[in-house]
Amino acid sequence: MRAADALCQALEAEGVEHVFGIPGGANLPTYDALYDSDLIHIQARHEQCAGHAAEGYAKASGKVGVALATSGPGATNLVTAIADSIMDSVPTVFITGQVRTDLIGTDGFQEADVTGITLPIVKHSFLVTDPAQIPDYIHKAFHIASSGRPGPVLVDIPLDLTRAEIDYEPASGVPKLPGYQPTTEGNIKQIRIAAKALANSRRPVLYAGGGVINANASEELRALAAAGNFPVTCTLMGLGAFPAPHEQWLGMLGMHGTRTANYSMDEADLIVAIGARFDDRITGKLSEFAPRAKFVHIDVDPAEISKNIPAHIPIVGDCKDVLPKLTAEYGAQGADPARLEEWWSRIRAWQDKHPLAYEETSDGEIKPQFMVEEMYRATGGDAIITSDVGQHQMWAAQYYHFNKPRRWLNSGGLGTMGFGLPAAIGAKVAKPDEQVVCLAGDGSLVMVCQEMATAAFHDLPVKVFLMNNGHFGMVRQWQELFWQERYQSVEMGASPDWVKLAEAFGWNGMRCEDKGDLGDAMKTALETDGPVLLDVRVTPNENCYPMIQPGAAARDMVG
Amino acid sequence: MPDTPDTIRTPDHLDLNQLEVSSGLTGRKHLLSLMVENRPGVLARVAGLFSRRGFNIDTLAVGPTEDPDVSRVTLTVDGAVHPIDQVTKQLHKLINVIKIRDMEPDTTVSREMALFKVNAPSENRAELIEFTSIFRANIIDVSRRTMTIEVTGTADKIDAFERMVRPHGLIEMARTGEVAISRPKLDS
Repeated sequence: MRAADALCQALEAEGVEHVFGIPGGANLPTYDALYDSDLIHIQARHEQCAGHAAEGYAKASGKVGVALATSGPGATNLVTAIADSIMDSVPTVFITGQVRTDLIGTDGFQEADVTGITLPIVKHSFLVTDPAQIPDYIHKAFHIASSGRPGPVLVDIPLDLTRAEIDYEPASGVPKLPGYQPTTEGNIKQIRIAAKALANSRRPVLYAGGGVINANASEELRALAAAGNFPVTCTLMGLGAFPAPHEQWLGMLGMHGTRTANYSMDEADLIVAIGARFDDRITGKLSEFAPRAKFVHIDVDPAEISKNIPAHIPIVGDCKDVLPKLTAEYGAQGADPARLEEWWSRIRAWQDKHPLAYEETSDGEIKPQFMVEEMYRATGGDAIITSDVGQHQMWAAQYYHFNKPRRWLNSGGLGTMGFGLPAAIGAKVAKPDEQVVCLAGDGSLVMVCQEMATAAFHDLPVKVFLMNNGHFGMVRQWQELFWQERYQSVEMGASPDWVKLAEAFGWNGMRCEDKGDLGDAMKTALETDGPVLLDVRVTPNENCYPMIQPGAAARDMVG
Repeated sequence: MPDTPDTIRTPDHLDLNQLEVSSGLTGRKHLLSLMVENRPGVLARVAGLFSRRGFNIDTLAVGPTEDPDVSRVTLTVDGAVHPIDQVTKQLHKLINVIKIRDMEPDTTVSREMALFKVNAPSENRAELIEFTSIFRANIIDVSRRTMTIEVTGTADKIDAFERMVRPHGLIEMARTGEVAISRPKLDS
């Protein structure tokens, strides 16, 4: 059969139902094969957004997201999404067209060395040199993308090879990769030492990251927390791994985390890091991070252990495997729960003294934090929320109390503005019965607003709640705080009329400028059929607090 | 307090203060032997990993092995500057890297080859020939003013040879980087 048809069959064999992409010269045979296949193609309006939609799809569903692009500019437009996937460990497969094999290296039309360009940002990549490799590489790509620590895999296929005839039988079983055998089972001896350390600690904290969500181990995390009455904090990527309305919940930690979470890390004697990687936005000043703590580090990627913070008790493995064993071993220790009473009373005192707070307004002005609270109420706290990057993202992390995993889709590691709308599109494709809301920033949304066409064209009723403060708000905040209020290039100025723009794309456009109307406006937007953009005019110069200032230690939070 | 303290096993005592970590720095040169898939682009992945993680490669040698599908990359890294554990773990993440050995100095034989082109006017030749003989090196080319000498040995030996000939006027030097292989233990 034609290699392009085998490509589609291989995707189907991997359980793919939806692919996101844009056609072009070098991937025409693939698109021709799509014509006859059962795969549903979502036609993005920019390859970057095809990539982010594939990420949103993957994050919402746990399945591998797939994006297609043509050679040259199509492929280079995917680069941001690929980098985003590696930073947040998103299982994705990117399939790019390449110029004909005889043109490779000649600077042919729409030629770009995309395997070379993406080398530092892929989990792995394949450049096809023989058409028979195509389905084999697809199976390998899916296995690599979805196992161990998930990540992006690129398959670059020259045009002539997709047209070639090959023999193809759908493969079964795990593909043979001699250099790839991720460790998923934790070493029981190490787990026992960790259990013993927990039983002997007086001030423990469980610090969970996106790895818990990737491993689908939220229940297991909850069980461990319950077994020892341990306090729990999550990273931005881990939100939802532990239910936010919970008495053991400390809130998010890190740069814009709660004081309680950061102070707890600062005073802890034992920190159990679970699928988290001690990013600089978590640690603040590294040399003063958690100075009293010993570290248990559980991660499926051994290279994360002791990368930033040396681990006293390293455990390589999948949280789904390690956490239940740790819970059982901890139970066998018969530790006295009373030893944590003093720790909990210290934590309760912080919680009472430093709740998340903002200044209420007496007129109709909409504070951005209030907007997130209204969004929480309007959606019943149960929507899939995507966001862009900046202040609104942090406020959402603080004030939308994520209760379940895979409800909070955002770009944490790379910090990609414009992630929200395409991710919402991908999430809606994956979860058509769920309410999907993109909390957008006005600086971010304008970068990807063409994707409103994608949602309209494919009848995807996503809702965009635009937190419109007329600025690159986070950059404005930094210029205010750290650059002597020398505001440079942070006002949005000539922003579009968002209501008209939405309507131009065939969406419903709405606007809200008074906080008394906001709840109803959101409900109306959620109940309206089809995609809706709600432009919410919020306080233009609100700052996001509390904050660990750059280079400062967690205990010196401000605001 | 628990209801029936007598029946509850006391936790195994573990003093958290006794838990220690190492700095990760070993303070010595490490010779890493990587078995990698013999296919295009693999060396670029290895080299790219080093540059983007800020690790320095001191020497690098690549060549075939007994298995045509596998190449061996031998590289030396300074363990006083880089945590070797982190270097090897990052290398392991490359799918094309099949196996990594951090060669133990006691059970490893390593060799490097170097070519030295040195100034060799007739009045200096005798001394250079003497060095060549002491180092069991070979003179592989001679011209009226120069000699080219091939030296094989450990990196230290080549360093030593370089120190000897440099005062004579070292015109050019080319070194291969070390290759290494493990030595069977005495009882095997």
